[in-house]
Amino acid sequence: MGFETADDAGIYELNETTALIQTLDFFTPIVDDPYMFGQIAAANSLSDVYAMGGKPLTAMNIVAFPIGSLPAEVLGEILKGGQDKVIEAGAVIVGGHTIEDSEPKYGLSVTGIVHPNKILKNIGALPGDVLIITKAIGTGVLTTAAKADMFLEGVEAAISSMAMLNRYAAEAVANFTIHACTDITGFGLLGHLYEMAVGSSVKIRLQARAIPLLPDAAEAASMGLVPAGAYRNREYLKTVTIDPSVPGNIEDLCYDPQTSGGLLLSVPAAIAKEVLLALKESGSTQAAVIGEVLEKGKGEIYVD
Amino acid sequence: MSTKIDAKGLACPGPVIATKKALESIEQGIVTIVVDNEVAKENVVKYATAHGCGVSITKQAGDFTVKITKGEAVLAPDKIAAPLSAPTENLVYLITQNTLGHGSSELGAVLMKSFMYALLESTVLPKTILFMNAGIMLTIKSSPVLEHLETLDQRGVEILSCGTCLDYFAVKNELAIGGVTNMYTIIEAMSAANKVITL
Repeated sequence: MGFETADDAGIYELNETTALIQTLDFFTPIVDDPYMFGQIAAANSLSDVYAMGGKPLTAMNIVAFPIGSLPAEVLGEILKGGQDKVIEAGAVIVGGHTIEDSEPKYGLSVTGIVHPNKILKNIGALPGDVLIITKAIGTGVLTTAAKADMFLEGVEAAISSMAMLNRYAAEAVANFTIHACTDITGFGLLGHLYEMAVGSSVKIRLQARAIPLLPDAAEAASMGLVPAGAYRNREYLKTVTIDPSVPGNIEDLCYDPQTSGGLLLSVPAAIAKEVLLALKESGSTQAAVIGEVLEKGKGEIYVD
Repeated sequence: MSTKIDAKGLACPGPVIATKKALESIEQGIVTIVVDNEVAKENVVKYATAHGCGVSITKQAGDFTVKITKGEAVLAPDKIAAPLSAPTENLVYLITQNTLGHGSSELGAVLMKSFMYALLESTVLPKTILFMNAGIMLTIKSSPVLEHLETLDQRGVEILSCGTCLDYFAVKNELAIGGVTNMYTIIEAMSAANKVITL
């Protein structure tokens, strides 16, 4: 996979039936509970493999930990969270590396496989496609709310959502025609949509009111619990036109950086209903059609 | 009641939490918060606006001073000092055309100008003026009453133009005064008003 497609993982073709996917991600704690943090970091790292249509095989822990100042049990909990997610993914942890650092960090380096003809890319969306998202938006705003001890119900929902593997969504859509697929992470819904639109040379319409939102996310955003990353994402995206009828807090959520976000799929309109049904039946209860691919273009996005 | 907070150097959501605490500790009054970055400023303004407070911002040497007025203090003290008092009741004007009345548009233009001038002299200022349809021609650069609206704005009158209308007339980039709004906010503003006057 070339760099021009902006996918997050590397692909190496071993032979005609197998290509290797390699990916790596790690970050600082975004929730207080170390076991949850381990699960979320692992689900986030594994997601890149699913977004490319692959199956994870092995994973290695990447750990930074303040060995002197935090109890060893905390590290144990983080690793247990990671281990449990890797098991759930059907993969195995084969090792890892720990360094001493003032702030804990955790993530995985994941190796997976995919059939070379079945690699999903974040480009290839075609006019006439509809866009489907598999998880609700708002983890950035809600983890900011968590730091402020506000919107605890929404924070709980965000934690469950972040810990959920994209495995189930990926498997649900495996037998459908998928023109483009990516997972929504740090660049937010609009950032990843933009990469898809530019890479596919199309114009995209996003329906703000159709975007599934985590509970409390809209209210938290309107109260100014908007992470700096959302403002940076907005700065960066120049080809996005937002209709003035879109409320400001929903606009903020479109730029909200996600941790372990859902998959964003571009599928032919004719099969959208079936895909949506398959997703919902496999546990992606928040899955929704959020927009459509208009004509050929240069990556313009209209939000209304 | 006036509180001043220095939130410089605080990471997100620190400034918002500081604002929340300060606003919750007072029934009414003014909270002034100083932040050193755009993100913190935006978020503090969002918090204050979501809680129905008045906000004014000044920028100096990279720092933003956000002055938040809560409760009755929205009427106080620098605004009361103004020769014409600030809004005393929730009065909303809905202006749906750029001229006043029907018959002669030439006369209508003169009347609108004279109306805006007279409004400045009125003892009761509206809380909000909503501009819709051709009314938005009054809030863009070429408006003949821009000066009057600027004065009203300085006196605390909220000026809002319909975004769909700005788009329809393709003048969104020329908006010269007040904010852009949508039908939901327009309906909300009208429903919350004690009196709505449509022109």
